[in-house]
Amino acid sequence: MEHYLSLLIKSIFVENILLVSFLGMCSFLACSKKLETALGLGIAVTFVQTLTVPTNWLIREYMLKKGALAWVGPSFAELDLSFLNLITFIAVIAALVQVVEMIIDRFSPALYAALGVFLPLITVNCAILGGSLFMVERKLNFPESITYGVGSGLGWFLAIVALASIREKIRYSNIPPGLRGLGITFIITGLMSMAFMSFSGIKL
Amino acid sequence: MSQPATTTPVEEAPKPKAPVVTFTKKERKILTDPLWDNNPITLQILGICSALAVTVQMNTALVMSLGVIFVVSLSNVLISMIRNYIPDSIRIIVYMAVIASLVIVVDQFLQAYLFELSLALSVFVGLIITNCIVMGRAEAFASKNPVWPSFLDGIGNTLGYSVVLLIVASVREILGKGTWFGIHLIPDRLYDLGYMNNGLMVLSPGAFLIVGLLVWSQRSISGYAEEA
Repeated sequence: MEHYLSLLIKSIFVENILLVSFLGMCSFLACSKKLETALGLGIAVTFVQTLTVPTNWLIREYMLKKGALAWVGPSFAELDLSFLNLITFIAVIAALVQVVEMIIDRFSPALYAALGVFLPLITVNCAILGGSLFMVERKLNFPESITYGVGSGLGWFLAIVALASIREKIRYSNIPPGLRGLGITFIITGLMSMAFMSFSGIKL
Repeated sequence: MSQPATTTPVEEAPKPKAPVVTFTKKERKILTDPLWDNNPITLQILGICSALAVTVQMNTALVMSLGVIFVVSLSNVLISMIRNYIPDSIRIIVYMAVIASLVIVVDQFLQAYLFELSLALSVFVGLIITNCIVMGRAEAFASKNPVWPSFLDGIGNTLGYSVVLLIVASVREILGKGTWFGIHLIPDRLYDLGYMNNGLMVLSPGAFLIVGLLVWSQRSISGYAEEA
């Protein structure tokens, strides 16, 4: 149990997917002008991330990994389909986002209305594909991949909400023209990332 | 494209002009515009993730640039070839399939011939798939223009992207490690005098700050200002 807790803390703070691994920057920069949209997008990303990382783990484990198809028959035991990782993952993500969209639409129209615009965008959010790829690279097992999915999603949520709150505060500040918008956002993110580095001392 | 339609330059870029007389001029414009006036990173805000992540040293930045040039120019060509046959409602998925196949080619090539570098680039080669620059150019340009201009557009945009990548990587590697492409630049005498490498540049905050400052200087010179 402690192992999973430490992995969770690590993926939220120490190895924050946005501030340390730079994933999901585009939507992070584009959708952080207002706190409300940032909240909606953050929740949607966390949700999708929690679903896709374990799903991709299962698909990789039982279909794509070297020898993973052994359950089909002995002639498949040597097959190595791992070069299909990328295209499968992106297809799974696109499909899952679609399913999630339909489910939310059916059962919670209010949430759907709040997230509506952002849900399809999540397919091309690199944090989602990156989460699955990191899952492969770090050789996580199934419960770990669930934990990692939740943790990295929450980390992204935390970062975008924090940035949106700061950007709402600086809206009326007198910023030099060239630095307005993108430039100052980068510098704020740099400072946030520096602040998050202080978590790296945490040993659990 | 993982951002909503708020960034205006993307929409403005593919305005079709009379494509008869001024063809060469137009071609040149397609090629050079993204280098400065419409730079994908500093103005269109496309493809930021990789610009930050692979710029710790020059080799990775260079390989990443070449990979992106390859993927975008070819995906632009392919998508532009089949643009009249793709049903509008499933176009994103078709783009994805084209792009993902090209990225797999790059990924497998790197793993076969440049294994060390592919380890250093880790997941970021795979992430070219979701690099907004690829999708952004496919949607904004290649889906509406013939093959040759699309090819030029792909090359131009990725060159603009590569220039930024290489500048950021130069700054980070020289200040952070005192080397450039692994060659020692800072003389030992300076270290003896008490000069130290700036460790911040190698870490992630350094990347954010350098890109921020670069955006600032580029926009100050070109006189572009965003509404706050």
